[in-house]
This record gives sequence, C-alpha cells and structure tokens, in this order.
Amino acid sequence: MKIVATKPELCIGCKACEEACVKVLFKDTDTEKSAIVITELGDDKFDINVCNQCGECIEICPAQAIYRNKNGVVMIDGDKCVHCYACAGFCPTLSMRYHKEITGPFKCIACGACTRACPTGAIYMEEV
Amino acid sequence: MECKNSKDINLEELKKQRVRLHESSFEPKEIYRGYADRSLYINLTNNEVKVKEISSDMKEKFTGGRGYGMKYLWDAVNPNTRWDSPENEIIIAQGPIGGITQYPGSGKSYVVTVSPLTGLPVDSNVGGFFGPLCKFCGFDALEIQGKAENDVVIFIDGDNNKVIIEEAPGECTNSHILAKTLTAMYADSEEDKMNVSVVSAGLGAEHTRFGILNFSHYDLRRKECKLKQAGRGGIGTVFRNKKIKAIVVKRSGIKGDLNNPHDLDTIIKLGIKLHREIYENDTKQCWMRVHGTTQLVDAMNAHDLLPVNNFQFGEHPEAPKIGKNSFEKIFDRSNVDGCWYGCTLQCAHGITGLEIKTGPYKGQKIFTDGSEYETLAGCGSNCGVFDPYQVSETNFYCDTYGIDTISFGTTVGFVMECYNRGIIDKEVTQGLDLDFGNWEAQMELMHQMARGEGFGMIVGQGIHRLKKLFVDKYGADKEFLHDIGMEVKGLEFSEYISKESLAQQAGYGTANKGPQHDENWLIFMDMVRNQIPTFEDKAEALFYYPLFRTWFSIMGLCKLPWNDIMPSDNHLTDEPAKVPEHVENYIALYTAVTGNDFSEEEMLRQSEKVYNLQKVFCLKMGKGLREYDYIPYRAMGPVTVEEYESRSERYDKHLKELVKIDPDGMTVEEKIKELRKYREAQYQTLLDVVYKRRGWTKNAIPTLERLKDLGIDYPDVVDVVKRFL
Repeated sequence: MKIVATKPELCIGCKACEEACVKVLFKDTDTEKSAIVITELGDDKFDINVCNQCGECIEICPAQAIYRNKNGVVMIDGDKCVHCYACAGFCPTLSMRYHKEITGPFKCIACGACTRACPTGAIYMEEV
Repeated sequence: MECKNSKDINLEELKKQRVRLHESSFEPKEIYRGYADRSLYINLTNNEVKVKEISSDMKEKFTGGRGYGMKYLWDAVNPNTRWDSPENEIIIAQGPIGGITQYPGSGKSYVVTVSPLTGLPVDSNVGGFFGPLCKFCGFDALEIQGKAENDVVIFIDGDNNKVIIEEAPGECTNSHILAKTLTAMYADSEEDKMNVSVVSAGLGAEHTRFGILNFSHYDLRRKECKLKQAGRGGIGTVFRNKKIKAIVVKRSGIKGDLNNPHDLDTIIKLGIKLHREIYENDTKQCWMRVHGTTQLVDAMNAHDLLPVNNFQFGEHPEAPKIGKNSFEKIFDRSNVDGCWYGCTLQCAHGITGLEIKTGPYKGQKIFTDGSEYETLAGCGSNCGVFDPYQVSETNFYCDTYGIDTISFGTTVGFVMECYNRGIIDKEVTQGLDLDFGNWEAQMELMHQMARGEGFGMIVGQGIHRLKKLFVDKYGADKEFLHDIGMEVKGLEFSEYISKESLAQQAGYGTANKGPQHDENWLIFMDMVRNQIPTFEDKAEALFYYPLFRTWFSIMGLCKLPWNDIMPSDNHLTDEPAKVPEHVENYIALYTAVTGNDFSEEEMLRQSEKVYNLQKVFCLKMGKGLREYDYIPYRAMGPVTVEEYESRSERYDKHLKELVKIDPDGMTVEEKIKELRKYREAQYQTLLDVVYKRRGWTKNAIPTLERLKDLGIDYPDVVDVVKRFL
C-alpha cells in the first residue's frame, strides 16, 4: 500500500500540494477543500497533515461506507455515507475533512498528485 | 404466538397467512427545518388512516416529541379513560432535532399513552431507528387509537408512500424473533435491512401491566436486530391490548440533510466537535464506549446508592461481579454500538452467544443488546442476584417478552422481601421459593408472566396492586407494605437509593409519570458534592433540571451526551453540573435546525409548557395533587432495624447533628422513629418550596396565572384546574 509520507522539515509552505489536491478531488482552486493541509507553525516551520491510511475510520462508520480498495487505500462510498462525520471526530490524525460546499466527509485518496507538485520532496509516496 | 427459533421461520408461509385490512397512499412530504408539520393517525377499530396537519399553535406550544404526544393524548382521552379503553392512544413522536446524523444522541423517539400502572399519562424515551425513519416518511408523530380484532402488523412504507394494515396471525410475538422476521420480510437485501425498523412487544406484555415496546435497528456487522426499549409505564401492555403485533417502518436513502435544516454547516461542526470530545475523553471520564452503563454498578455501590434486596441497603460486596470489569469481558463491543447514526457515545453494548439456561429458548445461544445499569441493579442486586450471565439472561427474556426490567426488578425485590419476612409463603407463591438470590425462581416468575399463569402473572400487576392484595387477602401490615413497596403513583422506582438525598427524594416524588430518574438525577449534586445545601438550592435544581431534561424529550434527543461526556475544562466553569458548553451546543443546534433565535431561558419555557400540561393532565386523570407525591419511607430513610444498624454511625450522627437528639440510650426503634419524624418533615418542607418555585399552589396545582403566562390556558385545561383550586 502506498501512502503520502512527509518530511515536514523540508516543507517551505508553498502549498502547491494543496492546489494539486483540490484540482484532482474537486476540479477546484479553493485550497480549503484540500485533503492535505499545510499549517504554518512559525519560524519557517510547517506541519503537514494528511491521511496515513490507518483505516480506523472504517470501523467507526455506522453505514459501512468506508472501505479499503484493492490498493489498500481507505475510500468513502458516497452512496452509503450518511454524513454523520464520526470518522472526522475519530480520526487519530484529524485527517478526515469537512467543507461546507462538499457533501459528506472527504480524505486523501493517495493519488500522488500532491507529491508530484511538491518542489522540495517534503511529501512523497511511500510503500508501507 | 410463540416460536422456538428465527431460523425455522418461512417468510412466504407467514405472508400467505396475512389478511389485508387497509391500504392507502399518502402524499410525500419533505421535512423543512426539522418539521414535517403533519402526523399519521391510525384507528385500529375501523382501520381509518389519515394524515393530519399539525397546527401552528400546537407547534408553538408543544414543540414536538413528548409535547406532541401529551397534547394528542390530552385531546383523545377523558377522565374516565383507562389504559385499555379504545380511545386511549399510543403516540410515537420525534422532535425537530431528531434524525440529524451528526450530533450524538439525535435518534430518540418519545412514546406517550395512559399507563396501565398509574392511570396517568406516561412518557418513555427510546432509541432505535423507528423514530427518525418515521419522520423521514413525512410524519412528526404517529398516533394510534382504537383496537384491532385480531393481531395486526402496521406497515408504513416511506419508499412507496403507503400505509398497510394486515392481520398477521403467524408471526412469533416475542421481540427477538419478531424483529428479525419482519426486518427480513420488508427489506430487499441485506444492506436494505438498515432501512427497516420494527416496534414490537412480546408475550409478557400481554399478561403484565409493565409491558414495554422494543424499537429495532439492524446491525450490519453482527447481522442481528438490536432492540431498544421504551420501558416505563406499561406502553407495551397497551400495545398488545390494541392487538398490535408490530409496527414496521421502511425508509431508504438516509442522509445527513433530510431535516432540511437552516444551517447544516453549524450542525456538522458541532457534531465533529462532540465526536472529538468523546474520542479524547471517554476513557478519562465515563468509559461508555468500553463498559456502557455497567460502570454505574461500581460507582453506585461505592457511594452506597446501589439498591440491594429491595432497596434495604446501598452496597454489597458481590456487586462488582455485575459491574464493569465483568462486562468488559462479556460484551462483544463494536465501534458502532450507537442506536442511531452518528452516536459515538455508545452507552450499550451487546453479548453474542449467550447460552440460555431457562425457558423456551433454553440451550440456544443468542445475541442480546445490553445489559445496562438499571437492569443489573433492578434484576440483579435488588433481587440479590450477582451473576452477570444470569442477569444477562433476565435482561434477554425481559426484552423479548416485552417486560420492563426496572418494574420487574423492583417488583420482584419487593415480593422477595415479603417472602423473606413471612408476609407471603409458598402457598401464595404457588410453590416458588422466593428467597433473595434465587435466580431460578425469579426466572420462573418471568416465564409465568409470558405464559399468563401462576403467581408470576399476579406479580406482573406491579407493587401498587400487590400491596393491596397482600393486605386484603393475606392480612399483611398495610403501613409496613407502604413503607417498603417502592412505588409512587403506581409506578415502580428506578434503581437508585435516595435515602441520603432529600433532593432526589423530591425528584422521585414529584416526577409527573412516577419515580423515574429521567426527570431528575440529583444524588451526586446533593449528597456526594453538597452543591445544593439549602431548601431553596434544592428547589431551584428541582425547577431547572426537570425542565432542562424535558427539553431533550421535545427535541428527539438523548440526555446522555449532555453530561456523560464533558469538555476537558468543564470543571472550571461556574456551574459544572449543567455542563455549560453542551447547553450552548444545544441552543446552537436548535437554531441551526429551525432557524429560530434561541436562548436557555426560551429552552426552559418550551419545556415548561409541556411539563405543566402533563401536570394538569395528571389532575385530569385523578392523581395530580400533593398527596400523590408522597414516597414510601424506604426512599427517605431506614424502615427496619437491620437497615438502621447497617449504617448506624451515619444515622446516629444525623440524630445528633440535625435532629439535635442524643441517640445514646435510645433503642433502635426509637431512633428510627425520631429520624423518620425529622426526615418526613424535611420532605414536606421541600415540597412547599418546590411547588412555589414551579408556580404551583401548596397542593401541587399550577395556578391559572402560570398557565396563562405559559399560553396553555385552553378552556379545557382551565376547567380541570378550576375544579381543584
């Protein structure tokens, strides 16, 4: 299974990853809708928050709408989802997203677009 | 109709036996800001089915849920209506917030009827999917009146907008089989079973006065129907008397926006915030997700509050055997043990493969939802039973037979004490050796209730009627039975020792439906933390909390996520008992759903209209005056020498410090008498202050001014009150 791995010490906060993510997920430019989130911590340091595909959300979903696809990536079946957001509250890394213009929770699908956009190698695809 | 095993059931055979009595269509209706603004009325005497519009006046005054239930019932019955009169109704209603999927505890239904135990309007809350699914069929309330000739199943089909009533002679009446049977019958696929919910009772509900309703929801992971209970007051007894075998609702396509709320964004943010609070704090606070409410057995035992042997004592060395550590091992916890989508608090877990030792399902390994605290305390410690598997079997049979575990446990505890003291003997019990701790005898009573025979059927009439029988027929001491019979207004006590909490005593005594803790639970505030020391403090709590808690019942909400999980900094707030941040959440939720501005003051006022109507309703039915708020002395203090001696240090201290009497040289009987005089006087004084705070007369009658101020001074309400003023 491939996940988006991070080296926050290399992040320069350009947010190219967020732009790439919203383009893939929603064909949008609003980075508030990105599944990967960069947060400035001060002193030119940045936090990178993105799903590590641990799958704890699968067990918490009352509608069995969250599953692992054949590549091991944790996915949400929008037809089954009842929008309770238990997954968002119970994500150990707080990487399940909500945005008021998007119906239902959303998350990183490990497509790799963000890693390709990153100019410094702060995020990269890793086989786990 | 009893059947042995759900595996033996042939759905096609059952369908062939059905006789259709009614089929009609209704117009679909979307919910707008939490309301459908209509209800579904069904009369089983003539199979009349109609959709009723809900007036703006009713919506403004009674809000929803229990408020709608009380108003419909008020309009339907007269002072001579009894529980089995055809005009008595069963109303199942949601509230405007009910059905949202984001905020934990938002799937409650509230059920109202005239109780076979009390003769009064009773309200009982219940989880399970029925309420929300019924609401999303386009109905804020379901109102059932009349009586069928033969057993019927009512089907509300929200996918095809139809109501169908059919005679259903073949299906098993007991709930664990019936819910599974009907869920399979009405679902199109395994996944579709989540869109079906069944309301049912059981054979025990037919022969006792404390029948319950089970509300089902399908657990996709366990492939089992979980059952939640509208337990108090005998609603299941009314249900079976109306010859309803089950009510089934089906509604597919559940999503988080079906309430069409004013501000979904706020609802989702509040929901995620509370999910996170539960994620972070559950194992630092109540451990609900691990132990369910079983941890209360240990907590109550530690504080001398766990009823033991008919409320004589408050702790027992064996109590931990039916507490959290035992059930942590016995439960097969799932991460989705909520009773509606999005409830991550998960107050109840299940047991898979419980091997049944008695009765018609002996030898089978079954799934059961629970056990929960009230059952463990009532059917367990209060009857001297401390085996977790035995109490779990009692719980299973109570549920499937449709029997209230609280009334059952409290009543059997009373009967066991009567047997123990020689007030009744084996001739009366028809051979049953009803010593405390005799679980087999307890189970035989229950199976007799289901079969409608023997001493079990007599016990199933409840403590109020047993007291009269034991006095009239067997020469028992009337006053002593009144002291130890744990009932008020005809309803059995729920499972807390209130001897050392004056506020809780009045909470039990003044509760409109009878002594159930959902109106007031003040023991910790009063006794453990001493936060409400004066009469005025206690009266303020007895004004605020019943209204605050009533609010859940008019919204379609569960109380537990209010204070069984708390923000980490709650202890730093001015009034931690109120959980101020959660109160703010509820105020914001109400506005986000309905679009109406709201405040804590308006919240209490909404409740006060419903609460006072229910109070006047009690007057209308003949049991609303002060005298009906008196409680048995065992709820106030030690009745017997053994009780006094078990805590003699405490009681001697009270005599010295509070009563200003030196107990040295007094006999125990004299000490009991003096303590009793003091405590009974305290109780009466508190009633005076509470009634005043509530805007009632000294005789517990809401004043005309209060009713006018609340806007519920309808002519028929005023007429009732005027008769008593």
